[in-house]
Amino acid sequence: MPEIVATTPGLFPLPGWAKDELSDLKGHQKTDLISGDEGEEITDAYERAREEVVSLQTDAGLDRISEGQLRWDDMLAHPLAVHDNVETRGIVRYYDNNNFYREPVVTDELTADGDVAAELDAAAELVDSGLQAVLPGPYSLADLATDEHYGDDVDFLAAVAEFLAGEAEQFPDVETLFLLEPSLVENAPGEGEDERASEAIDTVAAAVDADVVAHTYWGPIEEKAYAHLMDADVDAIGFDLIADHDKNVYNVQEYGTKDSVALGVVDGQNTHVEPPETIRDRVDWFEQQTNTAYETVYTTTNTETFYLPVNKFEDKIRSLANAASLEAPEQ
Amino acid sequence: MTGPREQFRPENHPNDHFLLTTVVGSYPKPKWHDRAREMFEDEAADFGDEEWAEATDDASRLITHEHERCGIDVVCDGEMRRNEMVEYFAHRIDGYEFNGRVKVWGHNYFDKPSVADEVEYGEQWLVEEFEFTDEVADRPVKVPITGPYTLANWSFNEVYESEEQLAYELADLVNEEIEALVEAGARYIQIDEPALATTPDDHAIVGECLERIVDEIPDDVRLGLHVCYGDYSRIYPEILEYPVHEYDLELANGNYEQLNVFKDHEFTKDFAMGVLDAHTAEVESVEEIKANIKRGLEVVPPERLTVSPDCGVKLLPREVARGKMENMVQAAREVEKELDAGEIDVVAGSGAEASADD
Repeated sequence: MPEIVATTPGLFPLPGWAKDELSDLKGHQKTDLISGDEGEEITDAYERAREEVVSLQTDAGLDRISEGQLRWDDMLAHPLAVHDNVETRGIVRYYDNNNFYREPVVTDELTADGDVAAELDAAAELVDSGLQAVLPGPYSLADLATDEHYGDDVDFLAAVAEFLAGEAEQFPDVETLFLLEPSLVENAPGEGEDERASEAIDTVAAAVDADVVAHTYWGPIEEKAYAHLMDADVDAIGFDLIADHDKNVYNVQEYGTKDSVALGVVDGQNTHVEPPETIRDRVDWFEQQTNTAYETVYTTTNTETFYLPVNKFEDKIRSLANAASLEAPEQ
Repeated sequence: MTGPREQFRPENHPNDHFLLTTVVGSYPKPKWHDRAREMFEDEAADFGDEEWAEATDDASRLITHEHERCGIDVVCDGEMRRNEMVEYFAHRIDGYEFNGRVKVWGHNYFDKPSVADEVEYGEQWLVEEFEFTDEVADRPVKVPITGPYTLANWSFNEVYESEEQLAYELADLVNEEIEALVEAGARYIQIDEPALATTPDDHAIVGECLERIVDEIPDDVRLGLHVCYGDYSRIYPEILEYPVHEYDLELANGNYEQLNVFKDHEFTKDFAMGVLDAHTAEVESVEEIKANIKRGLEVVPPERLTVSPDCGVKLLPREVARGKMENMVQAAREVEKELDAGEIDVVAGSGAEASADD
């Protein structure tokens, strides 16, 4: 039996009161989104919201506790959107969703920042064990941004990876780092780029002394990109079994996977709440199909969770936690 | 001209040419109406169903007449009874439930409903709205209705195998509603499918939805389809196959950069072109709007051009919305006059633009 670790990819929905309070404090226009140097009242509201989502996860019994990324108005583009050398321009569509973020345009050097590390420092005060960091994967972050400084895709990806590594180096002690790489699926890297995407993940992974999960979603990774991703020095690769279980299983059958695996077995974009037994069935199914005994199976929602209304988000967190503590089925 | 359009020409129309002017649907709500809603939603306030009904009737009458005073040929009541384009319908369809707000962007949220049971026709959706507006209006009334594909795509689907299946089930309900609207006298119905712009690969699903919607709808009912904020090259010319008379498209926002999409392949239906930006708070001048209208004449001849804003204008300050409507109508009438006088060379003829490889 593998160790089942119940977790999430973060980016939680704001609690209802925080939606109201922060929209009153910040406003509704694109110029009102998070800047990175917000004042005391806004900081205070986010701190209270962070405490609430940390307690929620602890009470539910999740094995990894996320800070929640509640400040990430621009979703995965956040770390760049708040950077001094990045301009935010128009509102653009976030992948194929009915969600939008400010287009971050890199206009100068991507120096180390510390915005995400500061959030984790605050969360570390609240969490005894199992703190999990979340960052966009370098390939996805570069994909979501526009470069007007480096002038070359290769240099830009490398710079984004170095920037994220600089961010990760400042983290407090964390148990796990989730690197979210939906662009590996949604905008699959081409020839040569696939190898560089994997190296970029390496750069970030090497910056932390923690288990690193490169998590993908919205479909299977293309075969060749997957083969390169297997070269990255991460502890687990994450698969979205909700969007496509067969092709993900095929990749693992063909190319193997790491000793541990992350499985998106709960739908982060649908309000139907999966019972714990269903979650366990999905994990068992994956193990049987890939005929592998994993060291650790991270069970998670496939996507970020801000797509959900708060009540269903909470139900899903509890279901994930309960699934991890279910008795192992009779062999 | 395609479809039953001539019935909307006003009797006293001043020009030989007729560029049908209309709106997409939503209009800013009067401030007092927002306050009335707050009171209605506040259980402590002494403001019940009767007071709320009176307030919505008043707002509907006011905005319908505001459209008429602006000179719009086919009017709406500005959707005064509706709060949002999916929520409003989901509240009336059995099978939907609401769990709370979800983020769209920044601190803009939407009470995205869940389909938690099989969808069924519940209470009426728009018949009362239409009957009221039609009674208070002197001009013909258009009914905008959110399309089944958008109703499906902007909901959580907990029940159906696929979003496609849910969309078809909803299409049957939309058909039922449109039959009731036609029975009540509606002759101009606009199906709003903004979700098509975000998922253009699904244009065949929208087509099948429309086939279900138009089933047994009489020929003299004018049907339009509104799509906005997307890459039209991914859905055009395929959408011309849809069983509707008119396409209402947002183009002013992008400064007509996408207009060529519609010139590369003959536009065989009526073209309702956005001539006003729905998301800028400056009122476009009559001259600017006239120039925009003339861009439309590059695509279709005047008898197939409808003049409208890009999209619903509910987010604008009301005086700005009114200013835009007034200038839009004046611009259309001036262009008609120039057409009558033969001062405009219409490039798009009926079929004249069709290229050899069509």
